[in-house]
This record gives sequence, C-alpha cells and structure tokens, in this order.
Amino acid sequence: MTQTAPPSPAPNAPAPTARRAGRSRFGGILRLRELPVAFALIVLVVVTYAANPLFLSPQGTKDLLLNSTIMIILAVGQAIVIITRNVDLSVGSILGLVAFGTGSLFATFPGIPIPVVFLIGLAFGMLLGAINGLLVTIAKVPALVITLGTLYIYRGLSNAWAGGTQYFADDRPEAFGNLSVDTFLGFPVITLLALAVVVIVAVVMAGTRGGRDLYAIGSDPDAAKLFGIPVGRRVFTAFAVNGLLAGLAGVLYASRFNSVGATTGNGLELDVVAAAVVGGVAIFGGSGSVVGAALGAVLLTTITSALAAMRVDKFWQQAIVGVLILAAIIIDRVASLRTARRLRISEARDV
Amino acid sequence: MRDDTPGLESPPPPVLSLSGAVKTFGPVVALADGTVEIRPGEIHALVGENGAGKSTLVKILAGLYHPDAGEFEVEGRPVSFRTVADSKAVGISVIYQEPTLFPDLTVAENIFIGRQPRGRLGLISRNEMRAQADRLFERLGVPIDPDRIAEGLSIADQQIIEIAKAISLDAKVLIMDEPTAALSGVEVDRLFAVARNLRDRGAGILFISHRFDEIFALTDRITVMRDGRYIATHDTAAVSAPEIVREMVGRDIAQLFPKEPAEIGEVVLEVAGLTRAGVFADIDFEVRAGEIVALAGLVGAGRTEVARAVFGIDAYDRGSVRLLGAQVRARNPQAAIDAGMGFVPEDRRKQGLVMDLSVTRNVSLTLRNTLARFGLINGARERREAAEWSQRLQVKTGSPDYAVSTLSGGNQQKVVLAKWLATEPKFLIVDEPTRGIDVGTKSEVHRLLSDLAGRGIAILMISSELPEVLGMADRVLVMHEGRITARLDRADATPEAVMHAATASMEHSA
Repeated sequence: MTQTAPPSPAPNAPAPTARRAGRSRFGGILRLRELPVAFALIVLVVVTYAANPLFLSPQGTKDLLLNSTIMIILAVGQAIVIITRNVDLSVGSILGLVAFGTGSLFATFPGIPIPVVFLIGLAFGMLLGAINGLLVTIAKVPALVITLGTLYIYRGLSNAWAGGTQYFADDRPEAFGNLSVDTFLGFPVITLLALAVVVIVAVVMAGTRGGRDLYAIGSDPDAAKLFGIPVGRRVFTAFAVNGLLAGLAGVLYASRFNSVGATTGNGLELDVVAAAVVGGVAIFGGSGSVVGAALGAVLLTTITSALAAMRVDKFWQQAIVGVLILAAIIIDRVASLRTARRLRISEARDV
Repeated sequence: MRDDTPGLESPPPPVLSLSGAVKTFGPVVALADGTVEIRPGEIHALVGENGAGKSTLVKILAGLYHPDAGEFEVEGRPVSFRTVADSKAVGISVIYQEPTLFPDLTVAENIFIGRQPRGRLGLISRNEMRAQADRLFERLGVPIDPDRIAEGLSIADQQIIEIAKAISLDAKVLIMDEPTAALSGVEVDRLFAVARNLRDRGAGILFISHRFDEIFALTDRITVMRDGRYIATHDTAAVSAPEIVREMVGRDIAQLFPKEPAEIGEVVLEVAGLTRAGVFADIDFEVRAGEIVALAGLVGAGRTEVARAVFGIDAYDRGSVRLLGAQVRARNPQAAIDAGMGFVPEDRRKQGLVMDLSVTRNVSLTLRNTLARFGLINGARERREAAEWSQRLQVKTGSPDYAVSTLSGGNQQKVVLAKWLATEPKFLIVDEPTRGIDVGTKSEVHRLLSDLAGRGIAILMISSELPEVLGMADRVLVMHEGRITARLDRADATPEAVMHAATASMEHSA
C-alpha cells in the first residue's frame, strides 16, 4: 500500500469514446423524466378521440386547455417548492383568498384597471407565500406541517372575510371575463399566459445559478450548507414565487369561473402535488422539472375530461388519478435503480 | 504579496495560522487550544486520536464553527468567518472524509455550483461548464464524465471531484479530512500524486490521517493534538512514528489496552464454512468462553458482514453457525438473541441506540419480552433492571430518564453494552467498540470487555485499530477480501503480521 510508485497516467485513449457514450446515455435519462407523462398524455388523447371524436373539436380542445390552465400554473409553482425538498399545502387556500379578493376589488372599485387587479393579486399571493417561506426557514419545522397550518389559517381568513358573500361573473368587467374566452392563434389567452409562466420558470430553473441552487438544496440540504449556498434565502424565495404563482392562478380563477366565495380552491392542494409528482418531480427534491409538472397538470385534467367524454362513471376518476400517482412513483424508482446499476457497470468497465 | 523574498533559512510566512482557538458546547470543551500553521507549498499532517479535537479544528477553518477565543489569520490578515462562504472566499477548501456531493446533479454542476460559467443572456453555459470540467479532469489525469450525475460515483471519484472543485476555486489552503479511509491502494497513490502536484504549485495542504505510513510518505510537517490541545509541530523528516504516537496518546501503547488473562473454557461459538457469494467465503472459526477473538482487516474486508450473518441479520449461502453445540437458525436475529448472542454494532447512533429514548428505555429494549406481562411492560421492573445495569457499567448520566443523545460517545457505548448484558449473553459481538470515543473512556470500555471475558463470555471483537486488536485479543483472525488470511495467537500477533495479512493475498500469508 505504501509503494511510492509514480501515479499511473490516465489511460487517455479510451476516455473520449467512453465519455461520448456517457453523454448520450445521460441525455436519455434527462428526457426520461418527462417522457412517460408525455407519452401517457398522447395515448390518452388518441384513445379518447377514437372513442369520441367530439373530444378534439375546437370547443372540446379549448375546454381542455382552459381547464388545465390554472392547474398548470399551480403545478409549476409547487414543483419549484418540491424541488427544494419542501412542499406547500396552502396553495388552495392562497388561490381562494386571492380569487375572492379579486372579486371583492371589482365590486368595491368598479372602475379599477385590470392590470392593477393582477398586480394586487400577485402581490397578495406572494405575501402569503412569503409568510410560508419565513416560517419554514426560521422555525426549521418541516414545510409539510407549517403549510398544513397556513392551509387552515388562510382558509379561516377567507371564511371570516367572505362569510356567506359570493361574487359572480356579473360583478366583474366583461373584458376580465373575456380573458378566459378570447383566443389567440386558437389558444385561450389565459392558457398562453400559463405557457409563458412555464417557459420563464423552466429557463430560470435550468439556466440560472439561483435555479440550480434549488436543485442542489433538494438533492442534499446539508451538503448545500457546507457549500455555502444560502439555503434559507433560496427556500424563502421558492415559497414566495410559489405564492406569487398561486396568486396569479387566483386572479385567473376569478376570470374563468362564475362564482368566487369562501370555499373557492378548497382541496386543490393535493391535486397540485399529485400533478407535480405524476409529472416526474421527485417528492424528496433534487430532480424533476417544471415542464414535467405542467405536463402532469395537463394529464390529470385531461383524464377528467376524457373519462367524461367516454362516459366513465365519475367515481372512477379519482381512483385512476391514484393509480397514476403510484405508477409515476414506481416508474421513477425503477428508472433510478436502472440508472444506478448502469452507472455502476460502466464504472466497473473503466477500472 | 509584498516582500516576496523569503531568505534561504527562513521559511515562507504561513498562508494560514490558527492559534489558541477554543470551542465549547455547553459544558463540553471540544477544543481547548487549537493551533496550527500552514505554509504555502507544504503538506502538513494533523494527527491525534479520535476526540483529540481535529474535526472541531477543521470545522473552524471551514467556517462551520465560530471559535469562542483564539487568533485566526489568513495571509497575515485576521479573519473571522460567519459562514462557509466566508471561508471559501479567502481560499480555503475542505474535502471531508465522506465527500458531500449532490447526487442528483451532474459532475460538472457539482464542481461549479453557485458559480457556473455564464454565456448569453446571463444564463448558464453548459458547454463552457463541461469544457472547464474536462480541462480540470485532464489536468488531474482522471477521466470522469462531467455530464453523468454524481449518484453512484465511487468515493475515490467523489474526492477527485472535490479536488477539482478546490482547484477551480484556486484554493490557497486545501484541507483533507481522512481522505484515504475508504480508498484502495491505487486510488491512494492517485490522490497523493494530485496532492503533491497542488503543493508544488504553492498551495498549502492540511492532511488529516490515522495512517502513519501515509503521513511519513506524503507530508512535510506534522502537528500533534491530544485531548483538544495542541501538543507539538515537527518536521516530518526529523521525527519517528513512535515519538508521534507517544505524543498522541501521552503514554506508551504497550500499556494502553490491557486484557487480563481469563480462564479459557469450552467452545461457545462455532462457525464452519460460512459463505455468502461475493461477500465472504469459507469462514471457519470458533470462540471459547473467556476468550476475546479479534477480527482484524481493512475497511471493506467483509468483517462486519460476517458478524451480521452470524447474528442472523443477513442471509448466508453455505455453512453453519453453532452456539454451545446447537445450530442457530439463519436469518433470524431473535433466534440468535434467544440462543444467547448479543451484537454491539459499529454505528451505535444509527443501529445500537434509539437516540431520542431515555437511558432506561434503551437498556430495556432487549428485555421487553421478559419484562412484559400480558403484553404490557412492567415500568417499575424496567427501571430496576436498567438502573442495575447502568450502575454496573458506570454509565454517567444526570438521570436515567435523559435521552441517550445527551450522553458522550463513551457513555452511549456503555448503554449499548448494558442493553446486551441485561440479556445475560454467552457470546457477544462488538463491532468497533471504541470508535469515536475519547481516550479516557476508551480504556474504560476495554476494561469492561476484559471484565466480561473474565466472567466467561465469549467475545468476537471487530476492530480497525491495530493497538486495540493487539492489546485486547487472545487470538487474531485477519480478513482480506472476504477470506480469513491469517490466524495469529496473541504471542505471534505483531503489527507487521496483522497488516501483512490484511493487505496481502493468500499466497503470502500461509
């Protein structure tokens, strides 16, 4: 063991080929995380279309997209938080508060400009998200517990605020409601908004240092601290951005749906977490993408429509969502085990 | 960088110097006098027994701990780190014993996290990052694919990645905390070549290791610590290993681990032909009443795996385990306990104790069947039993109701021992019984083991510490790559004989 033999020079010749092989293999893994859900979505649409061609009629397609929009935005926000190995269960309540607030703004200040309403809604959502972030980073209690608490607190606030009051579409300016009706190049305006959100967040998550830090934190929080990554600040930001997106979803909810009241958004949080997980975001953080989460959101809402189009009993819908979640987790597990094995074997060959 | 003209005799000014650093945690003094001085272009060894304060000192240098007192200078300027980032900013890089990479991120990203090269629009340029990583690995002479995820990399490769990171940071000081503990011979050579290369480029390296051969082969100076205090610094060339050992332990090794002679009785444990494909093969040995048999060898030789199979935690493919002549059922720890076996695992925090439970609860864990009536545990009896055993082993705790996590390492180990002794075992496996225990308590644990043997318990002791093996064992079995390569009686068990069998193959050690 103590021979002072000169270090063997690295075998330079085989390295480049081994490296190239490694690169394409890794590309495969990268794509793999979003692939199953995209594949499932295509199969679902094709099968449903074959059974009921009306499913993809212009109106059917538009409904499909509109129904997905709010879920996409929520899932993207949730993915940011889950990637840091946290979770935000209060998003349904945040959406509810902001949606009711939007209705209340239009009712109280009839002439209020729509962009101002958006800004106020976003800021309100971000404030609620920031409270979550502050509690999680300062109290050092698992986010699951903190946001379970704020889920009830925010819902309680909206009960106290709204009481029995409901605002209906008539209370809001027509232009605001039209956001969910008008189309641009065949896409509803609010869906385009959601797509823009997906693209922006995806670029930030993949292409900025702050975004990569979020992955690092979720991958190993202790190592992140050893690296000098500002863990608290980053996690706080993730919650604040998630709150902001939930606020956006809240405003859009008020545009899309007829009535907003104290129970708006009740129970949405689990659908949102399900969408992210089905979309390949690892529940223990560190991997997955917002694009996958968005696909997961589309898949889950499409299933609901597809089952209706195929006249399947509503009762089965939830069970099918459950099966999908389990399938997503199993696929993820199998894939990561296979990756690990492949990497081990390729390493053994290197030696 | 002023007056950069060191005279021939006078050494260059230190790049880092820490003197008289103190760190306490409540009443526990982890570091009483942390002093070390690293010059540019030197490899400086930091040695000391477990608990000597080395890791506390490293954490201060790394910015993880803030010292309560002491002077800390980098390049002649006083520094005070509040975070790890502060330490990095002045050019200190630390490679921990177990590298801390992000398993989900790529190798390149692990190197550059937080300072990835940026291209258009201020976004991360993956091509540039990959190219820089490739250049680093080329310079290190190690082909690692920068695009693979870090999960599943060998420890050696993970350390190379940590070193690549340190180089890319232009580290002035590189701290390596027991980097060779999990490496094979070739990997150690590779690591040393890299370390020498860095030294020749002017970096100061602090090298922490327990292996004297490595320290003498690699380092320029040695600083010795004991019981949280600075003892001395020597030029490596001007000092010998026994001198260093004396300073580390403060006494001669020969007197460190006394096993009192005990009456050797009947065969208690008999293991024949035990084989688990790919892990260990043809393991034959016996342990007699009153005897301590040591299972020596390098980390990864398969010692713990054999112990786990004997105790029924893991399955084995062939062979048999007999206790007092009766076959012990495979893969059934409860059967092993019922037959009279006990197992004190290597990692007591994770496997030996329930850290959040009280001392009483931990001691009584193995007794819950005998203490229970109609499925309910008799609390008063539980306390009595636990108190009795804690007392016999002299567990130092404020109250038996305190969580074991509040105890020191040595006292925790006594609780684990108490837990097993309460079952009155005939055969006890102890895996690394004194790992992470301070010197004073260490000898208490040894006295305890010796005492148990004296009462007729047969003991199988796994230990990586050679002095412990030589001092405690009546017989030494040495394992290498899953096989027993030497069986030595106490008289024949010299450090050379054991190390030879632990590292050499079968042919050499017949």
